[in-house]
Amino acid sequence: MISDEQRLILETARAFARERLAPFAADWEKAGRVPREVLRELGRLGFLGMTVPPQWGGAGADYVSYALALMAIAGGDGATSTIMSVQNAPVNALLLRYGTEAQKRRWLVPLARGEIIGAFALTEPQAGSDASNLRTRAVRRGDRWVIEGSKQFITSGSIASLCVVFAVTDPGAGKKGISAFLVPTDSPGYRVVRVEEKLGQKASDTCALALDGVELGEEALLGREGEGYRIALSALESGRIGVAAQSVGMAEAALEHALTYARERQAFGKPILDHQAVAFRLAEAKAALEAARQLTLHAARLLDAGEPALEAACMAKLVASETAERVCSAAIQTLGGYGYLEDYPVARIWRDVRVCQIYEGTSDIQKLLIARQMGARL
Amino acid sequence: MRILVPVKRVVDYNVKVRVKADGSGLDIANVKMSMNPFDEIATEEAIRMKERGVASEVVAVSLGESRCQETLRTALAMGADRAVLVETNVELQPLAVAKLLKAIVAREQPTLVIMGKQAIDDDSNQTAQMLAGLLGWPQATFASRIEIADGWATVQREIDEGLETVRVRLPAVISVDLRLNEPRYASLPNIMKAKKKPLDVLTPEALGVDPTPRLRYLRFEEPPKRKAGIKLGSVKELVDRLKNEAGVLS
Repeated sequence: MISDEQRLILETARAFARERLAPFAADWEKAGRVPREVLRELGRLGFLGMTVPPQWGGAGADYVSYALALMAIAGGDGATSTIMSVQNAPVNALLLRYGTEAQKRRWLVPLARGEIIGAFALTEPQAGSDASNLRTRAVRRGDRWVIEGSKQFITSGSIASLCVVFAVTDPGAGKKGISAFLVPTDSPGYRVVRVEEKLGQKASDTCALALDGVELGEEALLGREGEGYRIALSALESGRIGVAAQSVGMAEAALEHALTYARERQAFGKPILDHQAVAFRLAEAKAALEAARQLTLHAARLLDAGEPALEAACMAKLVASETAERVCSAAIQTLGGYGYLEDYPVARIWRDVRVCQIYEGTSDIQKLLIARQMGARL
Repeated sequence: MRILVPVKRVVDYNVKVRVKADGSGLDIANVKMSMNPFDEIATEEAIRMKERGVASEVVAVSLGESRCQETLRTALAMGADRAVLVETNVELQPLAVAKLLKAIVAREQPTLVIMGKQAIDDDSNQTAQMLAGLLGWPQATFASRIEIADGWATVQREIDEGLETVRVRLPAVISVDLRLNEPRYASLPNIMKAKKKPLDVLTPEALGVDPTPRLRYLRFEEPPKRKAGIKLGSVKELVDRLKNEAGVLS
């Protein structure tokens, strides 16, 4: 059961996905970008600042609404859902929690309204989930900070106006020596070295960044010096719920295409849906996907209730992303040869959904975290 | 100026309805329901009039079971100011709807009633006309453009021959056609605000209206399945067939 607000938000998201995203997703994949105007409209409707309170330009919705909306948007276009996901959590969530009044005014308000796009730069070529291994350095020079280093796999790195950059400020202090900085992407020294070519999600830019002596004032420090690691971890639940929701949404879209096809396509004198092998494949996909959907909404409800949600979020992300790839593969199988062609959307959706098992912590990292939480209760 | 917008909860336009096996009606248990698309266009037009400063208040009204509140919440989320539900489980036919709306008009005193030209479930296309008749107000139906000025509404209507423009003195009833506007998406901030907007619930009894159906449905059946077409070799053959077999050309 969902509330009136959640239902209305879902309806808006579904209508937007059906009318403004799905018909164009294949073209955007080829072009390698989601048109800026579409992102602006997404922002005007409130989808890029969903859980940010109205006083900071957001919609003030809860995480269940967020998960439902992200499912619907991902059903329209996976790449758009990635941009939306990163913007809401981590970027907005971090600013809301750790930003000063002035930082929120300058960055959070335009981000939440979708007037600008935000990026989150933690990962480096040799350090992903192992964030304590960061090499990017921020050195204090007088009242300025100077950042040197490189970042890898940064979503929206080339379209963002703001990039939250994590850098080592005290090399001897390990995890406690990391700080977070709000870096305007027009700062001298912020450089997009490469927009990566990927298997899927091609309309969402994934960038390698160089930070060549980026100079910032004290106002760029997010939270306290040395608080970076905690800040990076703080939006993990919402980030993982986001990816779980994206997975579910993309797989639901693929399943719907498969179902439509199976009802129309005839073989041996009847629709292939009336052949048990096809019907059972789709039934299994539906059941598994519904379980993933409920696990995702459960994690969102825990977060809304202020309960510990990390384990649920990790489980949702693990189960939803693994299930989604299987469901998308089953959708391709249902369409047979046509599933392998670009004439139908299922091949693209399968490409797009594959990364959900990788970004925001791989499936193995989720398992590690779930196991640790289990162990902690013994 | 206050605008009253009647909105109907109907089966969503994407749903393919099926006739029940016993022919007693349509099987609409558990199907998705939405606001009648023509009423959505009427709601959009009313909200735009308010945004232009032509109107000061937009009141949405729906008639039927309590779940019609969902439809009203949609209208509020789009931008209507408040809502009224006349709650009843009686099946409502166009004349009963027109009588109930007349009672709501007496209560709310709107200057304009704007509504869909028809609902996509029973496609009656009667309510606006009946309401205007009962109120003794002028009516302009199938509007594709509306301008309000100096106590008059100038309405462009889509008719078979093309476009017709009529002027009606307010208060009036206007029914809207598909091409009047493109309804907006309800934005998330407006959805959140809609929660706090007032929604009054009334009953037909309280309005002194007897909504009992006057028409009886005898039977529902599926339309005949379309037969497969044929391929012809040339235009000449097509013209020949249209003349001599189909009899549609002379």
